Amino acid sequence: MTRDSLTAAASAVGLSKIYGEGGTHVTALDNLGVEFLRGQFTAIMGPSGSGKSTLMHCMAGLEPVTAGSARIGDTELGGLDDKRLTTMRRDRIGFVFQSFNLLATLTALENITLPMAIAGRKPDQAWLDRVVAAVGLADRLGHRPSQLSGGQQQRVACARALASRPEIIFADEPTGNLDSRSGAQILSFLRDCVRDLGQTVVMVTHDPIAASYADRVVFLADGRIVDDLRAPTADSVLDRMRRLDAVARTS
Amino acid sequence: MYRTALGNVRAHKGRLLMTMLAVLLGTAFVAGTLIFSDTIGQSVKDSVSDSSSRTSVQVTDTAVSTDTDSGAGQNTGVRSPLTESTVRRIAALPGTRSARGTVAGFAGLSDPHGDLIGSRGNTRGANWVPATGGPDPEYPMAQGTGPTSAGMIAIDQRTASDNGFRIGDTVRAAVNGPVLEMTVTGIFTTDDPQVRAGGSLVLFDTATAQRLYLEPGQYDSIQVVATPGTSQNELRGEILPVVPHSRNITVKTGARLDADTAAKARSGMSGMRNVLLAFAGIALFVGVFLIANTFTMLIAQRTRELALLRAIGASRRQITTSVLLEALLVGAGASAAGLVTGIGIGAALQGLMGSMGSQVSTSTLVVSPTTVLVTLLTGTTVTALAALLPGLRASRVAPVAAMRGIDTPATRRSLVVRNSIGVALAGVGLALVLWGAARGGSAGNLLVVGGAVSTLVGVFVLTPALARPAIALVGPLCTRLFGISGTLARQNAARNPRRTAATASALTVGITLISALTVLGASVTHAIDKQVTQNMRADYAVSALLSLPVAPTLLPEIARTPGVAAYSALDDQHLRAGGKDLPVTGVDAESFDQLIVPNMVDGSTAALGRGQILVDENHAADDGWTVGSTVPVTYPDGSRGRLTVGGVYQNSEVLGSVLMSRSVLSPHTTAPFYSTVLVKGATGATASLQQALKDSTGDNPLVNVRTKQQMRDHFSSQINLLLDAMYALLALSVVIAALGVVNTLAMAVLERKREIGMLRAVGLSRVAVRRMVRLESVLIASFGAALGIAIGSFLAWAGVRLLSSAMTGLTTVLPYAQLAAYIAGAALVGLLAALWPARRAARLNVLDSIRTD
Repeated sequence: MTRDSLTAAASAVGLSKIYGEGGTHVTALDNLGVEFLRGQFTAIMGPSGSGKSTLMHCMAGLEPVTAGSARIGDTELGGLDDKRLTTMRRDRIGFVFQSFNLLATLTALENITLPMAIAGRKPDQAWLDRVVAAVGLADRLGHRPSQLSGGQQQRVACARALASRPEIIFADEPTGNLDSRSGAQILSFLRDCVRDLGQTVVMVTHDPIAASYADRVVFLADGRIVDDLRAPTADSVLDRMRRLDAVARTS
Repeated sequence: MYRTALGNVRAHKGRLLMTMLAVLLGTAFVAGTLIFSDTIGQSVKDSVSDSSSRTSVQVTDTAVSTDTDSGAGQNTGVRSPLTESTVRRIAALPGTRSARGTVAGFAGLSDPHGDLIGSRGNTRGANWVPATGGPDPEYPMAQGTGPTSAGMIAIDQRTASDNGFRIGDTVRAAVNGPVLEMTVTGIFTTDDPQVRAGGSLVLFDTATAQRLYLEPGQYDSIQVVATPGTSQNELRGEILPVVPHSRNITVKTGARLDADTAAKARSGMSGMRNVLLAFAGIALFVGVFLIANTFTMLIAQRTRELALLRAIGASRRQITTSVLLEALLVGAGASAAGLVTGIGIGAALQGLMGSMGSQVSTSTLVVSPTTVLVTLLTGTTVTALAALLPGLRASRVAPVAAMRGIDTPATRRSLVVRNSIGVALAGVGLALVLWGAARGGSAGNLLVVGGAVSTLVGVFVLTPALARPAIALVGPLCTRLFGISGTLARQNAARNPRRTAATASALTVGITLISALTVLGASVTHAIDKQVTQNMRADYAVSALLSLPVAPTLLPEIARTPGVAAYSALDDQHLRAGGKDLPVTGVDAESFDQLIVPNMVDGSTAALGRGQILVDENHAADDGWTVGSTVPVTYPDGSRGRLTVGGVYQNSEVLGSVLMSRSVLSPHTTAPFYSTVLVKGATGATASLQQALKDSTGDNPLVNVRTKQQMRDHFSSQINLLLDAMYALLALSVVIAALGVVNTLAMAVLERKREIGMLRAVGLSRVAVRRMVRLESVLIASFGAALGIAIGSFLAWAGVRLLSSAMTGLTTVLPYAQLAAYIAGAALVGLLAALWPARRAARLNVLDSIRTD
C-alpha cells in the first residue's frame, strides 16, 4: 500500500439525514460522526431502523445527505454532481448487494470486469487473476449467472467489487440471502481481501456471526453511533447487542 | 374476474397507453375512411340530383359523349349523329316543354401566367344555348352576356374570380390543336356537379363548340324537359321513335340518369374506400404484434399475482377470461377514441378538399351506424384476438410460481418446435418459388405466389431464431463504437428473442411492403427505360395531356416544321378479331424504320409496307399467330377484312401490341385517334427543333413535346406517383410499429429497473444508460427493417418473375441506395422511439431501483 494505512478511507462528520418534511419527518441519521480506516474490515450493526443502511448509502454517494459531511478519502461527496458521483462510484468504490447483483446477460468474467468496461479501461490482468483465484471461480468464468449457485453468484459480485481495486468496498447484507456455508465463504473472502490484499471493506449486517469476521464493529441506534467494538467475536457482539436492546427497552 | 380485469386496466393504464394508441390509430383510419367516403358519396349524390332534376329525359350519343364510360376514343361501329333536326323533332313533341342540344368536352384554359388551370382534367367546355332571344336558363349570367359568335367565351364565376378574369379580357383556351384567343363576354353561375366538385367550365357559342368538339351541326346529347303532367317514361316513349335508331344513341329518363350517376359515384368511391381499408387493415395487423407483445409482458410481470390467484383456487379458464376481459376493455375504449378521432379525420379531409376548391365541404359529415359498428367491432375484436395467446399462456402459470422468489427467471420455452415449423414453411416456400420460376407459365405463377406466401409466413415464424445471429453480426461493431453501452444494448436486444422478434416484426411488415414496392417500381422503370432506349429512334414525341388525342390538324403543321426528317402519327384504334377486342396502332410504313425499332423475333418491319401487320409475342402466343397467319378482322367502321401477320416482336410498353400501316387502317376508321406523333430530327435532337415543334403546335398548353429522356421521365413519374401514394398510406403502419418499440422499451426498462440501478451504482453514467436503451432500440428497429427489406426484395423478385413474361426486359433491379436509406430511416425511427424510455431509464433513482421489496 502506498497510502498510510491508518488514514481514513471514508469519514463522516456531523452527518444528518432526514426523510420527509415538517411533522412527518423521520431522522435516519442524527449528527453522526465516524471514520472507516484504510485496510480495515468494519461491520455496521444495529436494530432495524437504526440507520445503518442509510449511513452506508450516504457514505457511498447513493443518497444525498441533509447536513454534515461525508468523505471518500479527501473528497467531499456533498460537493459532487451526479456525473462526478457516478465516476467516483465507478473508480473508487466497490459494491456488494444483498441480492440482484449481477447482469443476467453477461458471463461471470464480464460481470467481474464490468466497472472497468464501463470506464473503458483494460483490467489489470495480474490483479484480476489474483482476485479470481481468491474467489475460487477460475473454472466458472464463462458461465452466466443463471448457471451459478447463489453463493457462487455472490462470490462473482465480490470479485467485481474488488476487480477495479477500489479505495473502499461497501457490502450491504452480503450474506442475507445465502445459507450459512456459502455465507461463511463470502465472509472469509472479504476478511482475506482485507488482510492479504490490503482492501478496505465496510459491511452492513444484522448477523453477529457475520460481524465477528470484521476487525471492528460499529453499533448504531436511532441514527447515532452508540458503541464501537474492536476485534469482535460472535459472543462479544451478541453481548453488546443484548445490552443495547436493554437500554432501548428501559429508555 | 371482471373486477380484477378492471383493476388491472386501471393499474396499468400507463403501460397500456401505447396499445391503446395503436388500436386508436388503426380504428381511426378505418372510421375516417368510411366517414369520408360516405360523405363524398352523399355530396356527389346531392349535387347530381340537384342539377339533373330539371332534365326529364336525356338522349345521348355514347360514341362521342365524354360523359359516359364507353365514350371517348372507342368509336367502333357506325355512328348515327344527333343533329339540329333531331333537336327540332323532339322539341315538336307534345310532351316536350323544352329540348336543348349540348356539346361538351375538355377545354384547357391558361391562367394569366400562361399555366394550365386545373391539372386534373376537370376543366370543361360546353355550348351556350340561349332560349329564343333570351338567356340560357341553365347558365344565368352574373355579368355580361353569353357567347354568340366565335371568339367569344363565358367563364364560370369561381374560375373567373380565382384568376381575376373580367369582362373584356382576352383569355387563351386550348381544346385541341392551336390555342384560341378569346374574349370574355360573360361570367355565369352554375350548379354543374363538376364545377361544384372543384372543376371549371367555359361556354362557347353552339357553332364554335360543335366545331371544336364534334362536327358542325352535331350534338353529343339532348336534354329534354317534359311539360307538366307528362311523366318521364311517357316522354321517353314519345322520344324513342324520333331519334336515330343506332347502338350509339341512348334515351334515358332523369330518374335513371340519377341512379346511374349515383351508382357510378358509389362504385368509384367503393374502389377507393376498399384500397384505404386495406391499408387500415395492414395498420391494424401491425397493431396486433404490439398488442400481443404488451399483454405478454404484462403477464410476465404479473406471474406471481396470477400464480397466487391460481393457488387460492382460480381456474385456468378464469385467468384467461380475466386477460381477455382486460383486452376487451382496452379495445373498446381505444376503438371509441378511434371513432372520435376518425370523425375528426373525416372532417379534416373534408376541410382539405374544401380548401382545394371542392364544395364537398358544404354537405354534412356522414357518420352512419355501420361506420360506428364496424369501427368499434374491429378495434375490440382485433385487441381481444391479439391478447388470446398471451391469455392462454397466462393460464398455464403454475400455482407454485407464487411461492418462488421473484428473481427466479421464467423458464425459457424452447424455440425448437417454432423453429422447425418456420424452417419447414420457409423451405417449402423457397422450393415452390424456385420451381415455379423455373417452370414459368400460369402454373409456374401459381407456384411462385403460393411459395412466396409460405416463405413470408415461415420467416415471420423464424424471426426469434434470426434475431440472435443477426444482432451478433453487428454486435462487435456496436461494442467498438459505443463501448460498454453497445455491449449491454446488444445483449439486451438478444436476451428475449421472442419479444425482440415481435417488436421488430411489426416494423418488418411495413418495410416489407415498402421495399417490395420500391424494388418492383425500380425494376419496371428500368425495363421501360431500356425499352424506350432500344425501341425508340425518334427524337421527339408530340402528345396531348390527359390522354387526349393529338388533333389531326396538327399533323401538317408538324410536317412543315423545319428540321423534321421523319414523322409518324400513332393512331390507336380497336379492331375485333375472333370475337375479341384487338387494340392496334396505325403507323406510317414509310417512316417507320426511322422512328421505331422493335426487337423482331420473326419476320421483318418491311412487312408493314406490304400491308401486313406486326404483332407482339404475347398476342402471337395467345392466338397462335405466326408469320404468314391470316387474321380475319372487323374494322371500326364495321367493314371486314383479312390481315396477314408479317412479323413478331418482343413485347414493349412503348409500342403497343399490334402495328399496322395507316394506309391500310385509316380508310376503315370513323375518326383518327392520334395518341402520339413521333418525330425524327434531321440533325438529331436539338433545342431549336423542340422549340420549333412547340411553336408549330400553336404553343398549346395541352400539347407536350417530349424528348426521349422526358418520355422516360414521364413513365417513371407515373410509377413514382403511384408509389408515393402507397408509401404515404404505409407510413401509418410504420408509426404504429414505432409505438410498439416505445412500448417494448418502456416495459423492458421497468422490468430491468434493478439491473439498471445496479449498473448506475457500479458507475454507469446517466448518459451511458440512455445510450444503452437507445442502441437497443436502434438494433431492434434495424433488424426489423433489414428483415423487411430482405423479404420485400424476395417478394419483388417473385413479382418480377410473374410479370417478366408480359414485359420485355423486366429484371429485378435493387435500388441499393434507397434500400439502405430505409435501414437508416428505421434506425432513426428506433432512436426516436427510444427517447422517452431512455430518459426514464436514465432518471431512475439508484436506491429505489436496487431496493429489494
